[in-house]
Amino acid sequence: MSRFNQLFSSTIGKKLIMSLTGIFLSLFLVVHLVGNLQLFKSDGGLAFNEYAYFMTHFAPIKAISYLLYATFIVHALYSLIITYRNRKARPIAYASYNGAANSTWNSRNMGLLGTIILIFLVTHMSNFWYQYHWGDVPYVEYTTNIQTGETSVRDIPAAEFHDFVKYIEDGSEIMIAKDLYKEVNFSFQSWYLVVFYVLAMVALGFHLAHGFKSAFQTLGFDHNRYAPLIRAIGFWIFGILIPLLFAAMPLYSFFVVNS
Amino acid sequence: MNLTLKVWRQKNENTRGKFHTYEAKDISEDMSFLEMLDVVNDEITRKGEDPIYFDHDCREGICGMCSLYINGRPHGPKEQITTCQLHMRSFHDGQTIVIEPWRAAAFPVLKDLAVDRSAFDRIQQAGGYISVNTGGTPDANIIPIPKVKADEAFNSATCIGCGACVAACKNSSAMLFVGAKVAQFAVLPQGQAERKERAQAMVDQMDKEGFGSCTNTGACEAECPVGISLSNIATLNREYLGAKIIKEVEVH
Ligand code: HEM
Ligand code: SF4
Ligand code: FES
Repeated sequence: MSRFNQLFSSTIGKKLIMSLTGIFLSLFLVVHLVGNLQLFKSDGGLAFNEYAYFMTHFAPIKAISYLLYATFIVHALYSLIITYRNRKARPIAYASYNGAANSTWNSRNMGLLGTIILIFLVTHMSNFWYQYHWGDVPYVEYTTNIQTGETSVRDIPAAEFHDFVKYIEDGSEIMIAKDLYKEVNFSFQSWYLVVFYVLAMVALGFHLAHGFKSAFQTLGFDHNRYAPLIRAIGFWIFGILIPLLFAAMPLYSFFVVNS
Repeated sequence: MNLTLKVWRQKNENTRGKFHTYEAKDISEDMSFLEMLDVVNDEITRKGEDPIYFDHDCREGICGMCSLYINGRPHGPKEQITTCQLHMRSFHDGQTIVIEPWRAAAFPVLKDLAVDRSAFDRIQQAGGYISVNTGGTPDANIIPIPKVKADEAFNSATCIGCGACVAACKNSSAMLFVGAKVAQFAVLPQGQAERKERAQAMVDQMDKEGFGSCTNTGACEAECPVGISLSNIATLNREYLGAKIIKEVEVH
């Protein structure tokens, strides 16, 4: 036994958990983004559907995805625990408060932004993740002529579908898969879902524009050359570029694919 | 100039306070903020009422005793000064000024605008020192310290313990204060012997006092009258996590 408090009962220890889970979630976003960029391909969803199958059936990735769900829960849970303590630390609020004079709006509203992201996540998971695993998804068959590279797409009825397959027959590559691509574009026919997705990405941008650099400060990372680099990456890549590309997906679907 | 003051009045720790409105008349813009309050208090006293109670001592920005949350900011609208260094020319004629005490569970209001900051003293007593044997005066430069290290330690040591960082922080976090007190010794050879214990003991005490945790908003740095930087918080995180994860020195 130590005469000191345990690490994770301290305020700094709890922030360590926020920081590590936050960085892991940020890395996940990069992977998720790169995969989803295939939605922008005009191949009838071939690459995207193959990627969706790979991500849900390759064992190491499946293991990481369970770790990811746990990370989300731990991150949200600790944000609740930390926010509760922080509220208790100021029982009487100021009558006149000028927070804008000394700090950014998003840094003061991480809990609010996180809550918006959480609501988004629930919607997002039930739209696609749940549908893909247990819901009614359309099925599709792609036939690609190996010599010309031309692909023809054919919707197939549920009765014809047994499992994901990919094989070569008579000079053509054939792939039969669940058509998540169609499901995605179907969902984004509704303009209010598109608006909701875009707003959620704005919240994500604000959350990460502060959160990414904050996570490194929590770890004590303060290198005089690389800390400014981290701040720039946090703002430009995680605060702006990544949310922008994610937000472009429902917009592309609504204005380009569906019209 | 004439001003309207909305001042927090509270009899003692156990009673509930509320705002009172006072008119401050014929205030010179060369007065300091505290001198302005002296003038108002003069009049209140002459009326036979209880004057506004506020903390102050040196009135030249070195003791850290004066506090006051003025129009939504600790030490008022200017950067890098204490309230005693704030002059009335920073306000305009006819302005309404809201004056509140520091708000934190760890800083209970003693009376009116004065809060009990002894939580800071207890954090200091937990580890903000080095143990040395007394005896003859040692030679001044007997321990060689590089200039940059000496400067770094000195920058941290300029913290006057005013508590503006806690007052400014949305979480009432004391990380900037504790960071400065830990960093000041962490870079010096004299601080090495108790380094691991210091970080743990001071953070434990900080948590026990009921300060919040750090969201890295930077409000503390922006409001600190002596410019203690966020680097001190990074150092505190490093010192504490290093002591906990890499090597927790236990003497007993
Ligand atoms: C489940 C929904 C989420 C909630 C409720 C949430 C909440 C929070 C809160 C309240 C903080 C600030 C903690 C503090 O005050 O010290 C925070 C920090 C952070 N969050 Fe989230 N968040 C969520 C989702 C995310 C996601 C999806 C990401 C990244 C992809 C993320 C990345 C971060 C990072 C990097 C930090 C900084 C950690 C630090 O300051 O040390 N969060 N989050
Ligand atoms: S760090 Fe700055 S604001 Fe905080 S107590 Fe020290 S001098 Fe005051
Ligand atoms: S009274 Fe000493 S710093 Fe203001």
